[in-house]
Amino acid sequence: MDTRPLDSSVGSGGLAGPPGGGPASLFDEAMAAAVPGSVPGLSPAGAGPRARRRLGWRGPGGLGIAFWLAVGWLAVVAFCALFAKYLPLQDPIPPDVSSRLDGPSADHWLGADGLGRDQLSRLAHAASVSLTVSLSAVAIGGIVGGALGTAVGYVRGRAETVVMAAIDVLLAFPALVLLLVVLAYVGRSLTVISVLIGFLSIPVYTRVARANTLAVAQREFVQAAVVLGATRRRILWREIIPNVVLSLAAFGLVAMGVVIVLEGSLAVLGLSVEPPDPTWGGMIAESRRHMSDAPHTALVPAGAMFLTVLSLNFVGDSLRRRVDTRDAGL
Amino acid sequence: MRLVLRRALPAIATLVAVAFLTMMLTSLLPGDPAQTIAGPEADPEDVAAVREDLRLDEPLPTRFVGWVGDAVTGDLGRSYRTNQPVAEAITERMPVTIQIGAMAIGIALLVAIPLGTLSAYKAGGLADRAVTGVSFGLLAVPSFMMAILLILVFAETLGWAPATGWTRLTADPVENFRSAILPALALAVGELAVYTRLLRADMVTTLQQDSITMARAKGLSPARILFRHALRPSSFSLLTVVGLQIGAILSGAVLVETLFAVPGLGRLLVDSILQRDLVMVQGIAVVIAASFVVVNVVVDLLYTLLDPRIRHGHATA
Repeated sequence: MDTRPLDSSVGSGGLAGPPGGGPASLFDEAMAAAVPGSVPGLSPAGAGPRARRRLGWRGPGGLGIAFWLAVGWLAVVAFCALFAKYLPLQDPIPPDVSSRLDGPSADHWLGADGLGRDQLSRLAHAASVSLTVSLSAVAIGGIVGGALGTAVGYVRGRAETVVMAAIDVLLAFPALVLLLVVLAYVGRSLTVISVLIGFLSIPVYTRVARANTLAVAQREFVQAAVVLGATRRRILWREIIPNVVLSLAAFGLVAMGVVIVLEGSLAVLGLSVEPPDPTWGGMIAESRRHMSDAPHTALVPAGAMFLTVLSLNFVGDSLRRRVDTRDAGL
Repeated sequence: MRLVLRRALPAIATLVAVAFLTMMLTSLLPGDPAQTIAGPEADPEDVAAVREDLRLDEPLPTRFVGWVGDAVTGDLGRSYRTNQPVAEAITERMPVTIQIGAMAIGIALLVAIPLGTLSAYKAGGLADRAVTGVSFGLLAVPSFMMAILLILVFAETLGWAPATGWTRLTADPVENFRSAILPALALAVGELAVYTRLLRADMVTTLQQDSITMARAKGLSPARILFRHALRPSSFSLLTVVGLQIGAILSGAVLVETLFAVPGLGRLLVDSILQRDLVMVQGIAVVIAASFVVVNVVVDLLYTLLDPRIRHGHATA
């Protein structure tokens, strides 16, 4: 059942998720700790094919309009992130007192912020921060954690016990709190934030990769390869990894949303990238001061972040359900 | 009893590891805490005195053993900044965070249980689609965003509750409720979406079981079937996740307490980090880890109450 913590279908755990030590469910916690209300609920709406038909306007076998809308929005965000500098947008940095807190107008399509800067332009430039942080964090976590999880999941034995015990210790802690403690002391450049979030997310990917490896390793084509006399190395590279990578990538999309929110959380606490460089979280945080007279300063960046995270969740979740071996009734 | 022990040992190991990691981390930092405490213009002797007083000149393992020894007796040290005992500062702030967190979980469960049940009962119907869709959307709303929207609507526009500040429960229960409700709601919304989706998924499975068909055949009312027969076996994942979400609540509390200017544990942590009050940071980190671990041990033990079939050791997945 895919609503269970990842391991319980393949590991040794019973229904219970033992705290701080056992096999199950801390996977949920790490992401959830990063963003209240993220992962556990991301399990698909229900079990089995009945639920699969239900989520949204989906044609038979297709991915549906909602999926492509989400992909479209992500494409727009990615485009802005890459080309904001070259687009005919106003400069996002210098203040312009004359247009302070202006509502949406011909000059400022999405209004201006507390320093009179064009919100559309800031939004577009901030997209690159969000994208840089989330892509690099996911890359670091996914590659290191994925390799570690696949390796111990395939090799098993004592290495697995030791690695997973260490991972559980790391996970037994609210991620944001850990992040804050580290970040407050090592500085707060874009690179530091990206690397740090990536590093802190390694345990989660390790769990996902290990659980998927355990599941894949039991499947017929792997056993067939064993019987045919394939070397362990060949099985790992040709049979296991290609299957684990897909699940990991789908999970990575959802995780990108988590990272974007995490960056926003840091910005709210004043610990993200230094101003005046725009970030979505920073824009939301700044808007607090002008909330009563200019609600658009809060709603515009909040809307952008919401749509992006929603799209990432949706796309990641749709893809995950397509590649998830456990969902295929195995 | 053996069960309790089996659960408690890894939990204690986790706590010690967290404490050690925090201490290692804080000791690796640039700068001399003794100099910071004594002030930039202090005499070298004063700085040395502070250093000795705080045992900063001893090697890390010695300091750690000393800290653990004190911690066991409830002494977490004194704040570098205010000289207030860390344990006292934490006990002062803790009730605020617990109140907000408990209210958030309460609200989330109050909404999620009926919604998740209804959604599973009418699976595929209009109500189900609405609940599923809205909860999926809510998953993309982080607590800080929710906090800002709530301030915008209920504090700035409608004026129903104060945007910031805190009234103690003992001072004025009504004002206390007004100051706690918006932070609690901000935390509750994300939880609610998670709980609803989880309960719905488990309930859909439960409702397909023979016992439910049997109950239907006996002519029991849908409400009785759902809440007396189906809810309990459907609530295991929910219970696990409520426990695990304590971590999320605590992380969320850091943000929400900052945004609503509520004097809770999360805000104390942020302030201490910004002021480099290392002893305080370490104390709070361990207390947070401890509450997380303890809650999950309790949740684990609750399984036995909820489902007598589960006897760890020969449970089948």
